[in-house]
Amino acid sequence: MYEGPIQDLIDELSRLPGIGPKSAQRLAFYLVKAPPDEAKRLAEAIVTAKERIFFCRECGNVAEGDLCRICRDESRDRTVLCVVEEPKDAATIERAAVIKGRYHVLGGAISPLDGVGPEDLRVQELLDRVERDGVTEVILATNPNLEGNATALYVAALLKPSGVRVTRLASGLPVGGDLEYADEVTLSQALEGRREM
Amino acid sequence: MPLYKEQGVVLRSVKLGEADKIVTVMTQGAGKVRAVAKGIRKTTSRFGARLEPFTHVSLMLYRGRGQLDTVTQADIIASHRNLRDHLGLFAAGETMLEETDNVAQEHERNVRLFLLLLSGLRALDARPADPVSVAESFLLKLLSLSGFHPSLTACAVCGAPDPTLFASGQGGAVCANCAEHDAGSASCEALRMLAELAEADLMGAGDIHPDEQVRREGRALLYGFAEYHLERRIKSLPLLSGSLAP
Repeated sequence: MYEGPIQDLIDELSRLPGIGPKSAQRLAFYLVKAPPDEAKRLAEAIVTAKERIFFCRECGNVAEGDLCRICRDESRDRTVLCVVEEPKDAATIERAAVIKGRYHVLGGAISPLDGVGPEDLRVQELLDRVERDGVTEVILATNPNLEGNATALYVAALLKPSGVRVTRLASGLPVGGDLEYADEVTLSQALEGRREM
Repeated sequence: MPLYKEQGVVLRSVKLGEADKIVTVMTQGAGKVRAVAKGIRKTTSRFGARLEPFTHVSLMLYRGRGQLDTVTQADIIASHRNLRDHLGLFAAGETMLEETDNVAQEHERNVRLFLLLLSGLRALDARPADPVSVAESFLLKLLSLSGFHPSLTACAVCGAPDPTLFASGQGGAVCANCAEHDAGSASCEALRMLAELAEADLMGAGDIHPDEQVRREGRALLYGFAEYHLERRIKSLPLLSGSLAP
């Protein structure tokens, strides 16, 4: 539609996930009109991220070197592992600052219809870590949806023979929500996980 | 009628944008429907677990101008929760959802397919002794419903009893006289097992527990036949054949 560099920019932007041709066009024109510094900063941030960000060889999280910040931190408990689907899930849990242990990123969840099977996830690495580091508890923090649940069931069954304590994040009513809007599945899970007061 | 009410079973959901999902629902009256559920991935979403796959739901939908409808309300009729909590039931249920999704046409009413899926999920939710048998019995019924009922007890071409060969392209089991060059051998035990699964009702199919070797052979024949006629690869097959069993 356009000529030269502007069309190249639109084409590249529209290859990004969630960006359609119209959004790509809007972003491209914003960048062209923006001060040169702004476009340069964005370009440099992309190049630097691509050059300097790797995946941690221990946990699979994003890292600036061989190991991520958490795996480098010797004060973190090696014997407690929190298993998540994606690096962004580890970041979310880390924000709550409730886990003193370390993370293990699986890289997705079992989803047969999307062609993701157990062999596509970092499950073997998890089993190796559990054995090597003398892990005493594995907290399964996969998403509370069908695929996340199936992944948790699968990993729990694999870990069972090792005798390690396997726990799953509780499901229930969201803080700040209204009980009247709760669905039957969430409510029954909340009731199963109720606590003595 | 831009706003309409339907009941259906959620077949699958894919992420859309920041916090939305597109859910595919096999409805009773409107065939397969794809609709956007806005904000469903947020923890405070009013949809909660109502639009998770396997769930039988009552829906209020808005028909937009594009291909996709929008879900405005959802209520659970049956959650089929056991399928979420047991890997074997999950694998069998995934096969049912995948095949229904393959066969169903968008906005084309197919009440019998909807009822078949619902009975299949109900049978699994009752925690049968052998979920794989239920899934395979379901697949045979789905093939019949789609017009591809395999011949199992007599030659598909001449009707002679006790056929010993199998050719998907010829319609199932065939005798040596009628077989074309691509026919393969089939034991009478495997054919009998498939015939038994085809006849059993879904609630009773879970009690059929064939010998492992017969099951493997029968499964190869069944899936070969299904993939040939439905013209799609069955992605959940490795799940059902036990790759999930640790």
